[in-house]
Amino acid sequence: MSALVLILRREMRLALRQIGDSAIIVLFFVLAAVLFPFGVGPEPNMLARMAPGVVWVTALLAAMLSFERLFTPDFEDGSLEQLALGPAPLEMVALAKAAAHWLTTGLPLMIAAPLIAVLYRLPDSGYGALMTTMALGTPTISLIGTVGAALTLGSRRGGVLLSLLVIPLIVPVLIFGTAAIDAAIGGFPVRQHLMLMGGFLLGALVLTPLATAAALRQALE
Amino acid sequence: MIQQYANPARFNRLAATLMPWFAWPAGILIVVGLYFALFNSPPDYQQGDTVRIMYVHVPAAWMALFVYTSMALSSAVGLIWKHPLAHLSAQAAAPIGACFTFVCLLTGSLWGKPMWGTWWVWDARLTSVLILFFLYLGFMALQNAFDDPARGERSAAILAIIGFINVPIIKFSVDWWNTLHQPASVVKMSGPAIHSSMLIPLFMMGIGFTLYFCALLLLRMKTLMLARRARGMSMAQLHQQTAE
Repeated sequence: MSALVLILRREMRLALRQIGDSAIIVLFFVLAAVLFPFGVGPEPNMLARMAPGVVWVTALLAAMLSFERLFTPDFEDGSLEQLALGPAPLEMVALAKAAAHWLTTGLPLMIAAPLIAVLYRLPDSGYGALMTTMALGTPTISLIGTVGAALTLGSRRGGVLLSLLVIPLIVPVLIFGTAAIDAAIGGFPVRQHLMLMGGFLLGALVLTPLATAAALRQALE
Repeated sequence: MIQQYANPARFNRLAATLMPWFAWPAGILIVVGLYFALFNSPPDYQQGDTVRIMYVHVPAAWMALFVYTSMALSSAVGLIWKHPLAHLSAQAAAPIGACFTFVCLLTGSLWGKPMWGTWWVWDARLTSVLILFFLYLGFMALQNAFDDPARGERSAAILAIIGFINVPIIKFSVDWWNTLHQPASVVKMSGPAIHSSMLIPLFMMGIGFTLYFCALLLLRMKTLMLARRARGMSMAQLHQQTAE
């Protein structure tokens, strides 16, 4: 457990020294979301109707951009091998990496999400569901993306390939995330969507560190 | 038993023996099945002649899932027992599976237009099969993304195992969600809901497709092995030339 905290602290310290990296991801998120009204026109009702989907899709795309550098620097300078040789299980390293990714990318995206929702005039009843689904969904994305980052570690054209691998796997998060917000706006029960998203998160929390660690072992072999 | 065929020469002999037993019945079953499907089976009372698309669509969908399952299984065997031919079999199966999935999506689309009035709907069955198609593509892309082929096949193997989670989702999507796609009508507890005059050609096509896959898999595995050997030989030659 102390290994988890140590790695997390190291990751956070590195991330805070290059705070610009997280800021760029959030900036991309906002910019991509701002593009839609130019493309489809500024009609308020339509924008409100689109809001949950746009927020979720652009958040996913922004997150995709951030995974490529997750393991690469450590892989290139050899610290990943040190971590693998160390006493902490590689699964723990994977979990710490995912947690650090969520804190530096998922959390900022979640904080920026209501801003975009305001621009899109999301009805007031949708904000609670928006924040809850983001809180449940962004950690799942971080966990699944970590697997993708480990699988593509050291490959040519890593970033695009990573998106190709990860996007199909996170479609369920997108489906239930937007469904929950739509349900909240329409006055329908949100509970079952949120419970499914919680289930995804718990499942990912248990399974993805195993997959990430397996992929890292292949990369270091 | 399985380790015995880690020897490529022994595997090749086995493949050469098995090949005609897969290829000929596959050809005969598909030709006869298609004849029954297209000319000698009753049209549907609601769908008319468009129901004949089923005889390609349904077996292709079965194969899409079957090939993925075989790919995930051989990937697991490759990772766990480091069986040298297991990764090769997954690598050989992936494009075949992707083609079956594409055929399934294409025929489904052609069938959807006259029946549902649209080429495509975003219902759970269609969407999950589309994701299966992307998983096949991701598997192939990941496999080719590394300078070291061994690293590529191991990474892709892990992806194949992760992606297997989609297979039960596809199978049960029509039961879990209210979809436009009809629920299972061949394999179910109360017996098939299709008359035998349609079921028999359907099964002929299904078995034919399976045998066709087996034959193609053996052929592709052999080709990949030869390609690998050819590359090794040209590398050795190059090595010798530079040494001289």
